[in-house]
Amino acid sequence: MFSFKFLGKTHIPHHKNTADMPAVRMPSPKEVLLPMAQHIGAPATPIVKIGDEVKLGQRIADPTGFVSSPIYASVSGKVSKIEEYLRPDGSKVQAVRIVSDGQMQAFEGLTPPTVDSLDALIEAVKESGLVGLGGAGFPTAVKLGALKGGKVDKIVVNGAECEPFITSDTRTMLDNIDLIREAVALFERFAPSVKQFIFGVEANKPSAIAKLKEAFAQNDKVVVKKLPARYPQGAEKVLVYNTTGLVIPEGKLPADVGAIVINVTTLAVLASYVKTGMPLVERTVTVDGSAVKSPKNVIAPIGTSLAEIVEFAGGYVEPIGKALVGGPMMGKCAASLDEPITKTTGSILLFNVKDSEEKQSSNCIHCGRCVTSCPLALNPVEYSRALDYDSREERIAILKREKIMLCMECGCCSYVCPAKRPLVQNNVLAKAQYRAYLAEQKAKEQK
Amino acid sequence: MKKLIVSTSPHIKSPVTTQNIMLDVLIALAPATVMAVVLFGLRALLIIGVCVVTAVVSEFIFNLINKRKQTVLDLSATVTGLLLALNLPLTATVWQCIVGSIFAIIVVKCLFGGLGHNFANPAITARIFLLLSFSTTIAGGTSPQLVDVVASATPLAAIKDGATHQLPSLLHMLIGLRGGAIGEVCSIALIVGYIYLVVKKVIHFETPLIFVATVFLLSWLIKGDITIALYQVLGGGLLLGAIFMATDYVTTPINRVGKMVFALGCGLITVLIRFFGNYPEGVSFSILLMNILSPYIEKLCKKKAFGGAKNV
Ligand code: SF4
Ligand code: SF4
Repeated sequence: MFSFKFLGKTHIPHHKNTADMPAVRMPSPKEVLLPMAQHIGAPATPIVKIGDEVKLGQRIADPTGFVSSPIYASVSGKVSKIEEYLRPDGSKVQAVRIVSDGQMQAFEGLTPPTVDSLDALIEAVKESGLVGLGGAGFPTAVKLGALKGGKVDKIVVNGAECEPFITSDTRTMLDNIDLIREAVALFERFAPSVKQFIFGVEANKPSAIAKLKEAFAQNDKVVVKKLPARYPQGAEKVLVYNTTGLVIPEGKLPADVGAIVINVTTLAVLASYVKTGMPLVERTVTVDGSAVKSPKNVIAPIGTSLAEIVEFAGGYVEPIGKALVGGPMMGKCAASLDEPITKTTGSILLFNVKDSEEKQSSNCIHCGRCVTSCPLALNPVEYSRALDYDSREERIAILKREKIMLCMECGCCSYVCPAKRPLVQNNVLAKAQYRAYLAEQKAKEQK
Repeated sequence: MKKLIVSTSPHIKSPVTTQNIMLDVLIALAPATVMAVVLFGLRALLIIGVCVVTAVVSEFIFNLINKRKQTVLDLSATVTGLLLALNLPLTATVWQCIVGSIFAIIVVKCLFGGLGHNFANPAITARIFLLLSFSTTIAGGTSPQLVDVVASATPLAAIKDGATHQLPSLLHMLIGLRGGAIGEVCSIALIVGYIYLVVKKVIHFETPLIFVATVFLLSWLIKGDITIALYQVLGGGLLLGAIFMATDYVTTPINRVGKMVFALGCGLITVLIRFFGNYPEGVSFSILLMNILSPYIEKLCKKKAFGGAKNV
């Protein structure tokens, strides 16, 4: 069925309970909280003050530097506070709180951008505030910059959606196929170096695959590739290899091998911005999990609190054990339901206490499951072992030899471990130590 | 609202646990265990019982004295006890069973840090320990009661001594009507266990296969007689060792290619010992030797990281 050897072979439950539920737009929330870092790169800089009146789609923060992204008001109302926000990764950023007036009044200055060249297209994408919506959050305009060199001949569209529960990309493919088609047309027009558009979709979304195939039946530049429903098909290196056979070498980007990877929803939002001029202010989130009363796909303003979205979806059953922002394999725990969704939030998952319990970990039995499951053929046992060394030299030597920086924290190794060892947690720790070492080396060299 | 749990990803875990892997091994050993009792009678049951109980109790007490987390529920001590019992002949005395089990659990496993930290397979090492200490009762192997011949010689010993006329028929070999350790004689029961382990994805199918195939082909090559080669496969402890002990996670390479090399090495050494050594049987020794080499094989057979650059 699949033409060549594929990477990623971990069987995880799919739980795509909401795949058949078109997203429902929620009314204006009471307020939104917009952190300045919803992307990879420098946090944006607020350009509003407390008390300012803002409209839906009005810019409230400018990008800071090249790798950054602007942020737009996702409701109309009044800026009530500019506060410190603790991100799930522990870092702190500024955040703008806007109390909604309930009107969702659009900003008057919004006009569709004039797109008549590749540069204009990339500029428009930068203005739109678009970042990789699949979860990575890399500013899309920066990524598209690679098209300028004329060396990129493939755009790989990520419709794998390999995380359990999440179906927001599935809904994009089913409900917004016209936008996807328009986006492809834009690239065909302005990026002639691109000879092929390859959509990678996991086999567990037959209707999305059929929809794409039908939409692009007349376009022989477009290939729709059915991927095995094995985690993690959506991980960049895995996706690029499984759709094109290209291997992205260590430390390189897809563009270095002639490909760009764009999430399918990012693509749709891009087309919608070019058409309407409304920047990225809302997104589809899947609300699901064992503590949720009725799973749903909700279109919510970015910055809406988890509590308000879940409430709109039908509420939850107390008590909750864990609230996840993102999927169960790579998503982060929210400290409370007051946290906002961001540009990259694909799902809100609430689990009951039983499903949230951490399993006791025991001795590694050297079974090799983690090694076989790792899509990049890494050895997580070595990373955990390295951490046990007292000598820093030895620790760093092992981490270097075993290529810790390749680990993408996909979670396969921890998932399959019968001893329930916290492998990903150790990998993250080891990575931090290795990064600190690299930084030190660099500082030394400069001296 | 109660405080939410905050933990690192991933937030779901596979249902496979150490405990249910060990349970699967016990289930896979069940046919051989039942056949041991059917063929050898209640005394076999006594050996099994003593070994299993001693193994579990010694681990329990060790953990208790050293204030370690209690680990007997992971069932690995049960597996070790059972494997040791199945590797012993009917002539093993009760106190030999006790000494062997304590040795396996305390010396080979617990003193090294418990499950996962031992470098050699506890059951195998204990068997060799008993063999070297009490060769008269542990070497050889009695024939099941159902066999008339009172010959205590195992088929392999018979071949070694050139007494091929004493060999039972191949069919008898398959069902276990031949001399040997109580759990190794019934080949069919062991093969059923093998299929179970492969289907349940507890082991990779190729490890036992390579081990057995190596022994078969080399025997055939050296002796030039396919029947002798078949006896080499079905006599002795090859199947028990290849299926249940050469596949032990802890003491074999972590990577799949490494496991294949490990199996190949086991086959090779087994044949060398059987044909050119002093003992008629070489499975235990070969596995123990390869256990020691395992870390090196693991390193040599490491898979290159995907897209990984060469280390300088
Ligand atoms: S988290 Fe890292 S080590 Fe574990 S499977 Fe994924 S890439 Fe491999
Ligand atoms: S999966 Fe767990 S028990 Fe198995 S080798 Fe990896 S860390 Fe050890």
